[in-house]
Amino acid sequence: MLGAIIAPGFFSSSAVQLAAAVGALVAIVAGAVGVFTVIRGQAFAGEALGDMGAAGGSSAYLIGIAPLWGFIGFAVAAAGAMELVGIQRARGRDLATGIVLGAGFGLAALLLYLGTTLENTTGAASTVLFGSAFGLQSSILPLVLGFGALALGIIIALYRPLLLCSLSPELGAARGLPVRLIGVAYLIAMALAVALSAVTIGAILSTALLMGPAATALALTSRPGRAILTAAAIGVGAMWLGLVLAYDSFDWRPIHHGWPVSFFVVTLVLIAYLAARVKARR
Amino acid sequence: MFSGFMVHAWAVATIVAVVGGAVGFFIVLRGSAFVAHAIPNGSFAGAAGASLIGVNTLLGLGVFSLGGALGIGLLSRRGRPDVATALTLVFMLGLGALFLSFSVQYAPQIYSLLFGEVLGISSTQLLPTIGLAVACLAALTLLYRPLLLSSVLPEGARSRSLSPFVLELCFLAVVALATTMTVPVVGTALIFSVMIGPPAAARAFTARPPLAMALSVGIALAVVWAAIALSYESNWPVGFFVGTLSASSYAAGRVFAALS
Repeated sequence: MLGAIIAPGFFSSSAVQLAAAVGALVAIVAGAVGVFTVIRGQAFAGEALGDMGAAGGSSAYLIGIAPLWGFIGFAVAAAGAMELVGIQRARGRDLATGIVLGAGFGLAALLLYLGTTLENTTGAASTVLFGSAFGLQSSILPLVLGFGALALGIIIALYRPLLLCSLSPELGAARGLPVRLIGVAYLIAMALAVALSAVTIGAILSTALLMGPAATALALTSRPGRAILTAAAIGVGAMWLGLVLAYDSFDWRPIHHGWPVSFFVVTLVLIAYLAARVKARR
Repeated sequence: MFSGFMVHAWAVATIVAVVGGAVGFFIVLRGSAFVAHAIPNGSFAGAAGASLIGVNTLLGLGVFSLGGALGIGLLSRRGRPDVATALTLVFMLGLGALFLSFSVQYAPQIYSLLFGEVLGISSTQLLPTIGLAVACLAALTLLYRPLLLSSVLPEGARSRSLSPFVLELCFLAVVALATTMTVPVVGTALIFSVMIGPPAAARAFTARPPLAMALSVGIALAVVWAAIALSYESNWPVGFFVGTLSASSYAAGRVFAALS
């Protein structure tokens, strides 16, 4: 029965085990951070940080350090820049994100140009964009664990004040909370979560796992704690099912060709969101 | 700097700056920077799909940017607009990853679609660009008043003949049109910078809509022209100069607004 769904060798392959472990960790962090991203309406910042991380990743290839450090350095710097440009109204916040993203794209163009001139790194750049879940190295696991724990730690430490400031910045300010400082701390947590998933499974999936499961969970329940758990569960489910399908796709007719993991995960996440919205409307 | 292939680059860059500055004015006014990022970025999947099945890249870009605009419009009808935009974008990118995985030669193409190749434009690309630019500006002229009204007072447009939903769809279609025309020549990253930086700077200089729109086009032209000249001199990518100059123009606008 199980053999009909899961192609032979799935559980014994070490590449698959590593992809499943990293994918689950990343999905859990993204789910927890993502619930606040949806509540705060900062989807664009999440997407932009992933793209900026890609720029950092390519610069890391350039100077020869591990891409994860480039990703995290760039994403955290971008988060700081966004706050610096920071326009406090929700409408202006997207504009600040856009300005920083535009400048970041420019920088990425330069870095990629320098990179491709010095040595051929276009392959590396496309890996950064689309990720390669099955091509991870096991040395990345401790780093993923460490930075994931840091991002989750920020969320847990700030849980109640962050929730209040996200739902109503005015109420938070009236209670004497440092709303802006909490916003910066949250942006840094988001930058860590996004950079982490972008470097392991690609910039596309980092946005998909940040927004999709969280938006789905918030359509199903309005209680934040439950939403975080639901989002993490949906994210892990989509990630694992995507890995199974991508692994199976090597055996699909007419051509035996592995379909990308990101395609399956993104499709599953979208289906989950649409289903939750249909359910919520009833 | 003004001979041979460079003439095409100057011409296309001028068209892109005019359209980007004009469309961008409404993007900034409506606070839809995310949409301006998502539609060009997602539409690259259309180009990948088109090259896979062997049809014109422009057709693939057009279908995907309009499809993306429609998806964003429909999904945000009852949901949060930024979630709808994010999910539409990642779905299009996921399709793009799928198409790319089936095609053989991809890495240089991604690179050129992201950052464009404004210095490598042929005369055959010039004509469709002009045609789409005219269509885009015509649509913007028709939508000017209702868009302005609904951007400033979201309730105001409801009493008119166009419903806010239809108006939003029309606006998204204009963004998609501008995308289709500009992505193959200047890349997704560059058009985004042109559609955000100069209009935001113009809004910081003046609050009057017609003046701000004209100023936005003017700044966009200055940014793009300076970027091409600098890129020609230094051999660095145009995208780098457009990105940094756009952000600098916005910074100048903010300084001006703070001083006055």
